[in-house]
Amino acid sequence: MSIPAAVAHVEQSATTDAVVEVRGICKKYGEVEALRNIDLDFPRGKLTTLLGPSGCGKTTLLKIIAGLIEPTSGEVRVSGRPVSGPGPERAFVFQDFALMPWATVMRNVAFGLELKGMGKAERQAIASKYIAEVGLSGFEDKYPHELSGGMRQRVGLARAFAVNAEVLLLDEPFSAVDEQNRRKFQEDLLRLVEKERKTFIFVTHSIEEAVYVSDRIVLLSRRPGRVSQIIEPKIDRTASPDAIRRDQGYLDTVEEIWQGLKHYVD
Amino acid sequence: MMASSHVNGPVRAVHSPAGWGLGLGRLFARYPAISRILSLGLFFLVWEIAGRVPISYAFPTFLETFYAFATMIADGSLISAYGSTLQPLIIGIAISGTVGVVLGTVMGLSRMAEWLVAPLFIVLQSAPMAALIPLITFVYGIGLAAKTLAVIMLALPVIVLNGYKAVRNANPSLVAMCYSFQGTRLQQITKVIIPDASPVIFAGLRLGLAAGFIGVILAELLITPTGIGDLITYHRSVANYAEMYAAVVSIILVSTVTLAALEAFEIRVLRPEKRRG
Repeated sequence: MSIPAAVAHVEQSATTDAVVEVRGICKKYGEVEALRNIDLDFPRGKLTTLLGPSGCGKTTLLKIIAGLIEPTSGEVRVSGRPVSGPGPERAFVFQDFALMPWATVMRNVAFGLELKGMGKAERQAIASKYIAEVGLSGFEDKYPHELSGGMRQRVGLARAFAVNAEVLLLDEPFSAVDEQNRRKFQEDLLRLVEKERKTFIFVTHSIEEAVYVSDRIVLLSRRPGRVSQIIEPKIDRTASPDAIRRDQGYLDTVEEIWQGLKHYVD
Repeated sequence: MMASSHVNGPVRAVHSPAGWGLGLGRLFARYPAISRILSLGLFFLVWEIAGRVPISYAFPTFLETFYAFATMIADGSLISAYGSTLQPLIIGIAISGTVGVVLGTVMGLSRMAEWLVAPLFIVLQSAPMAALIPLITFVYGIGLAAKTLAVIMLALPVIVLNGYKAVRNANPSLVAMCYSFQGTRLQQITKVIIPDASPVIFAGLRLGLAAGFIGVILAELLITPTGIGDLITYHRSVANYAEMYAAVVSIILVSTVTLAALEAFEIRVLRPEKRRG
C-alpha cells in the first residue's frame, strides 16, 4: 500500500463510524514535547495498533485515551462525547499486568465489577465466563504469583473484558511475556477480537506483532510523536496462524513498516 | 550394581551420609518447627555447658535458670509481675497501633499531613528515647500513665513511619488500575492501597511491639520498680542470678511469641497468598 492511499483513508474515516476520536492532542512534560497535534480516528470493531520507535509517546497517547494522563491540549471523544478521566466505555490492559497479588484470579478478574458495586454472585458468574474465554478455567483460586507471565496477562485481559467496555486499550500487553507464549497469546487475541466484536487499541513496539494482529497500524514518529503513516495490512485473517505468518502480504507489510521506521533507529 | 541402582532409584544411589543429610533437610523443610526446636535445644545445651564451665560466677546454668523459672511461676511472683508489666504495654501498643497506622496512612496519602507531621516523627525515631524516659516522671509521676507513655514514645514513631512509607510507596500501577476501572478514592484506599501497604504496615507494628517491650522494661528499670523490670532489679541486687536470668529469658520469650502471633495473624487475615508456598 502506498502512502497517499493511507492518507486518503484518514480523510475519509471522519465520515465512517469512529468510536474514539482524538483531536489535536499535545502533551508536554515540562520542556519535553512528547506528542504534537495528534488527530486520529479509531473505527468501531477494529483493532488499531499504535506503533513507533521507543520514546515516541505511543503509551502516553494510549493513556491519554484511557484518561489516565491529562493531555496538555486537545480532546478525546468517545462515541462523540468528549471525555476527561476513565470511563465505563473503556477498559485498560496494563503492560505490567497490574494484578493484585493478594487476590485470587477470580477476584482480580471481577475487580472492575466489584468497584461498580455489583453483587458477589453476579460478578463471579461474569468473571467465570471470561476466565474460561481466555483459557484459564481451573485457575480461579490461584494467586498471581502462581501463574506464568502469559497467564497473568490473560487475567488482565479477562478483567478488561469483564466490565464489558466498548473499547479495550492494551498497553504492550505481551512485552513481559516470553516469545512462545506471546505467539499463542496473539492467536488467542485474534480469536477474541473476532468473538467479542469490540474496538481494540493496541500499543506495541514489535512490527511483526502489529502486522499480525492489526486491522490498522498507526505509525508514530520519534519525539515529538506525530502520526507519520497509517497502514491497513491486507491479510486474510481466516487463514491459519501459520499461513498468515508466511503470507506475502504479511511479509511485505512488515518490510514496508521497517523501511519507514529504520531511519529512526540510530 | 551401582549402575543399576542409579537407573532404578536415583535416591538410593546417593551415598548414605549424604542421603541422611538430604533426608534431614527435607524433614526440616516439611516441619520447620523441628529445626526451630533443635536449634533452641542446641542453644540451651551450649548455655548449660557455658554455665558449668563457668564463664562467670554470675552466670547460671540453663537448668538452674529453668528451675528458678518454675519456682517463680509456682510462687506467683512471675505471674503478678507480668500482670503489672503487660497492662501498660497492651494499652500503649493499642494506642500506638491505632494512632500510628491512621496517622501513617494519612501522611502517606496527603502531602500536607506529611509536611506537618513527618519531621516530628523522624526526629523522634532517631532520638535516644531511653534518655527521655526519666523526664516522663516529672510530668506523669511513676504510675501507669508514665509506663504507658514510655511504651508509646518508643513504639509510635516506627509504626507511623512504616505506615507512611508503605502507603506512599503503594504500587502506582495498581493505583492506576483502580482509577482506570473508575474506583472511587475511598475504594482506591481501602481495596488497593492499604492491602498493598499491609506487609510494611505490619512490619512497622511488629517493630513497634518490639520497641514497646523495650519501652516498658526501660520504664520499669528507670522509673518505677514494678513488674518484670523490678524482678530483674531485685534478683540482681540480692545476687539471685538464676532468678534474674529467668525473668530476662521470660520477657524475651513473651515478646517473641507475641511477635510470631502478630505475623501469623497478618498472613492469615491480610495476605492469603503468602499461606501457600
